[in-house]
Amino acid sequence: MTAGSPQVATQTARLRAAQRILSDNPAIALTFIFVALFVVTDIVNRAQSGKAFLTPTQVSTTFLYAAPLALLGAGQTLVMLTGGVDLSVATTATTAAFVTSGTAHDHGTGAALLLALGLGFGIGLVNGIGVAIFRVNPLIMTLGISSVTLGALTIYSQTRFVALVPNIVNTLGSSRFFKYVPYDLLVWAPIAALIILGLRHSGFGRMIFAVGDNPVACRLAGVRVWQVLLLVYALCGAFSAVAGILLVGFNDAADLGIAAPFLLPSVAAVVIGGTSILGGSGGYGGTILGALILTVLDSLLTILNAAPAVKQMLYGAIILALAWLYARTSSSD
Amino acid sequence: MSLLEAREVGKRYGPVVALESANLSVDAGEVHALLGANGAGKSTFVKILTGVIQRDGGSVELRGEPVRVSSPSQAARIGLAPVFQDPALVPDLTVAQNIRLTGVAVEKVQQRLRELDIDIDFTEQAGDVPLPLLRMIDLARAMARDPQLLLLDEITAALPSDLAERVFAVMEEWRRRGRSVLFITHRLAEVIAMCDRATVLRDGRDVGTLVPRGGGERQIVEHMLGPEAAKAEARAAEVDEKAAAEDRGAADAGATTLGVSDLRVGSLAGVSFSLRGGEILGIAALEGQGQDDLFAVLAGERRAEGGEMSVAGKALRPRHPYDAIRSGLVLVPADRLLALLPQRSVRENIAAPRYNRVTRWGPINPREERRRVAKAIEALQIDTRAQRQVRRLSGGNQQKVTIARWLASGFQTLLCFDPTRGIDVGTKRQIYALLRRLADDGAAILFFSSELSEFPLVCDRVLTLFGGRITGELAGEGADEASLLRAMHGLVEEVAV
Repeated sequence: MTAGSPQVATQTARLRAAQRILSDNPAIALTFIFVALFVVTDIVNRAQSGKAFLTPTQVSTTFLYAAPLALLGAGQTLVMLTGGVDLSVATTATTAAFVTSGTAHDHGTGAALLLALGLGFGIGLVNGIGVAIFRVNPLIMTLGISSVTLGALTIYSQTRFVALVPNIVNTLGSSRFFKYVPYDLLVWAPIAALIILGLRHSGFGRMIFAVGDNPVACRLAGVRVWQVLLLVYALCGAFSAVAGILLVGFNDAADLGIAAPFLLPSVAAVVIGGTSILGGSGGYGGTILGALILTVLDSLLTILNAAPAVKQMLYGAIILALAWLYARTSSSD
Repeated sequence: MSLLEAREVGKRYGPVVALESANLSVDAGEVHALLGANGAGKSTFVKILTGVIQRDGGSVELRGEPVRVSSPSQAARIGLAPVFQDPALVPDLTVAQNIRLTGVAVEKVQQRLRELDIDIDFTEQAGDVPLPLLRMIDLARAMARDPQLLLLDEITAALPSDLAERVFAVMEEWRRRGRSVLFITHRLAEVIAMCDRATVLRDGRDVGTLVPRGGGERQIVEHMLGPEAAKAEARAAEVDEKAAAEDRGAADAGATTLGVSDLRVGSLAGVSFSLRGGEILGIAALEGQGQDDLFAVLAGERRAEGGEMSVAGKALRPRHPYDAIRSGLVLVPADRLLALLPQRSVRENIAAPRYNRVTRWGPINPREERRRVAKAIEALQIDTRAQRQVRRLSGGNQQKVTIARWLASGFQTLLCFDPTRGIDVGTKRQIYALLRRLADDGAAILFFSSELSEFPLVCDRVLTLFGGRITGELAGEGADEASLLRAMHGLVEEVAV
């Protein structure tokens, strides 16, 4: 039983060390996957249409497309770090899209955008009140709010209003400057920087991790957990609204299904990015890479002519596979 | 005859070595102690022996037959039954349901508990049963399997002395029946009184097996700490004791910082006392006399039902631990799992109370944070080899982190509920010295312990609590075990009459 085992032991030890490096720095693995996926897409595209995919334009397009998903993923990351989940991000984004196009004509672009953001923050706040103060399960609370919001939107969409997507919103959601830089990066990049730095270097960021890790310990350390949760869900609503504004700019019109396809991917991006489903560890950097990976994957599937239903199945499968993988690595300790 | 033979057993987690290479031999009919400082590898060893984790190398033999224990249930089948440091129970299930989960007949456990003279309502939720009684249930559950070898991992750490006595009786019974017990404890007095032999682990290796009765405490401590450290330790302890004796004379000067009058909550039926800055006040009590409620109210975890509290003359009515912390009252809870962020780093854990307000915007000052954290780590001599995640630290180091948090964030009154539970002798002395130093710097300290011998070492004054009321007050030096026990059973007044 002991003969020959030292060698095996060092090999498994090496394997484990590699595993640990990856689990401690998921960004390395994720960047590798992103690049590899890009190359695969390039090869497939050359085989199918003889055109390259690995071009500056396509890289730029990937970032342009990824922005709304990454912003939905931003709020989702914060919420999931606290151990919750927000299933209302898509309808909140849809609300913002409708409000932006529906009120811009009568009240001006500035007011429309403010209203959209305010509504997003407000919906998030309601979620937060339910979860933090009335202790409703986050899944139930956000699903319920999502349903209420969608109903309200359906009624609103049947009333008569002049729909107009302001030019600036349109530019922001679909155009580029210097040929390759999407305008939506101007919105996304500062928010991303704020979240990444804030999570790491601010007291509030620390509290988000802490609440997800052990709410009882937070209470004993004097943290009023409900305040943290309230703010996190409200911020998630606001970020979702930003995503909705970019989406309506991209599509140049709002419809009830504008953001719905992004709900599951928003959770998938966070999970791919290595944020624990149970909360307490992870970060936004991983989510960004998760969103980019999903966007390239979407392009690849589109090139392969996959039906939306197939994509949906794939997203579900990815989430399940990753959840299984992360559960395995964390329980092997 | 040897019942269990473990040779060169090792376990590592990536670069962290939990157990280097340990040997252990337990005879049939023997109570064998497994000793060592925090992080020496004791718990890892027991978990390997009982199939909770798998060893990387070495061999284990049971009655001469090599065995590979692959799971806890297999361990139970071959006659190895452990009782772990943290009771493995589902808090939302009743006691009876919990027992059924493990496949042990409830009646057998009930009978064992009756033999132990412990009365437990089996329909109660496990989460509502106090920790010491959960340990006893765990013990009865292990006994119900009637194992060849009982492995008790720090079972007495959270037990009041009356329950600890019953554990010793079980150990006697096992020895009498020719069966064996592997006993992990940090209380050397228990080892000397109860154990036939003791194996000492240091840094993941066994450094000696000795007979505790003949040579006694010093030899064991030397083995645990290593010869050099032990000498330095003995000198430091002498100096500390002298300094402490001198300080006791001078400690009377401080003003009252914490006043409690007629406090009532839960089983606490009207308690009054005052605590001065510079003073360490002990609370001695049997299990369930209201000490939990007292600490919970002072820490802002529960609201008082009646009575007054004041800090520096100002009324205190905390509605949340945040309010208590702002008034300078901070808690080191009995259960360290309640105080730690297991996935976060040592640094984030220690700094946590500093960032407990949502309205505190702006970035953290990293230099200030590093300085404070480093100071707290140094004061408590925390082993930071596995500092990326607190859950990878040993139990004793985790306990130190729960105290370090308050050193880093500042406080006036430290509420210590059994702070040395599950900590080795060397570290205990460090903590006694630390508490004394804090008191010298003007802090007020309220100190509960389930280990009576700590009171004369630590406290200036000791109050005994019985049935929710204060039944006695002793000077620190006079708080020997006998007088404490009498007062803790509410016997002092009768004697006085």
